[in-house]
Amino acid sequence: MAASAPPARSPAQFSNDEWVAALKGPRRDRALAALRERLVRGLRAALAQRAPGSTIDTLVEDFVQEALLKILDNLDSFRGESRFTTWAQKIAVRVALSELRRKRWQDVALSDLTSSDDGSSDYTPTVLSDHDLNPEEQTAQSMIVAQVEQVIAEDLSERQRQALTGVVIQGMPVEVVAERLGSNRNALYKLIFDARKRLRKGLEDRGLSPEGILDEL
Amino acid sequence: MKLKKEDCRKMVEAAKASDAPRLSCEECHDLLDAFAEMILAGKKPEEAMPLVEEHLNSCPCCHEEFDVLIEALRAQRSAEEATA
Repeated sequence: MAASAPPARSPAQFSNDEWVAALKGPRRDRALAALRERLVRGLRAALAQRAPGSTIDTLVEDFVQEALLKILDNLDSFRGESRFTTWAQKIAVRVALSELRRKRWQDVALSDLTSSDDGSSDYTPTVLSDHDLNPEEQTAQSMIVAQVEQVIAEDLSERQRQALTGVVIQGMPVEVVAERLGSNRNALYKLIFDARKRLRKGLEDRGLSPEGILDEL
Repeated sequence: MKLKKEDCRKMVEAAKASDAPRLSCEECHDLLDAFAEMILAGKKPEEAMPLVEEHLNSCPCCHEEFDVLIEALRAQRSAEEATA
């Protein structure tokens, strides 16, 4: 008489290999449902403070659905350096935050520092309306701001200016600016650090140090 | 070009911290799950994976992902403990 098969283990007790095998197997529905439940629970708790509101539950379901597709597509890249569920949660977090960032910034345009708002070339620098400063200090600060503007205009490429403006001045997430510029997060991150380095060199070439400027402003 | 004084400060602050971290965002992301488990196990970030820690300190996007991951894992684990 053939021995009866041992009862199937609950996904809660799965090892990493068992998770991968179950998700690749012909009856993966049970493992998928268990994974979905975990990811939803984790994301819901973690995003409650960041995206409060009644829509978050629906959003989390959508994020997890998208994450599960990515997880199934990338099972072979799981190297077992953490628990499988930790790796899967990492993917769900990236999906959720990318989408939330995109939504948060969808109505904000990337500013262009090289054009003035009213199209005219003369304007009153903000330092001239700073009433805490005496006229000499206002003049000194205006000169510093003008020198920084000159370095930005002359030493940075248009793409570097756009990226720095978005990330540094407007406070946009790198991946949102990358998307607007038709780039990706890695490439934009590098572009921004190259721009920062070039800005520093440009200031130093003109006898200015960032530390000195910050003391003056 | 029109640069407000506070925006000028932000640009100069950015120029001041011009050294790029040694890991890219994707390299950091690859290691983030293992790093998060070390932190949850009580390791200090700079001892667990110093290069990941360096990247997180210079990249707000990756730092936010790490913070959310930690919170999500804590929620997962407390639910597991409650049902164990």
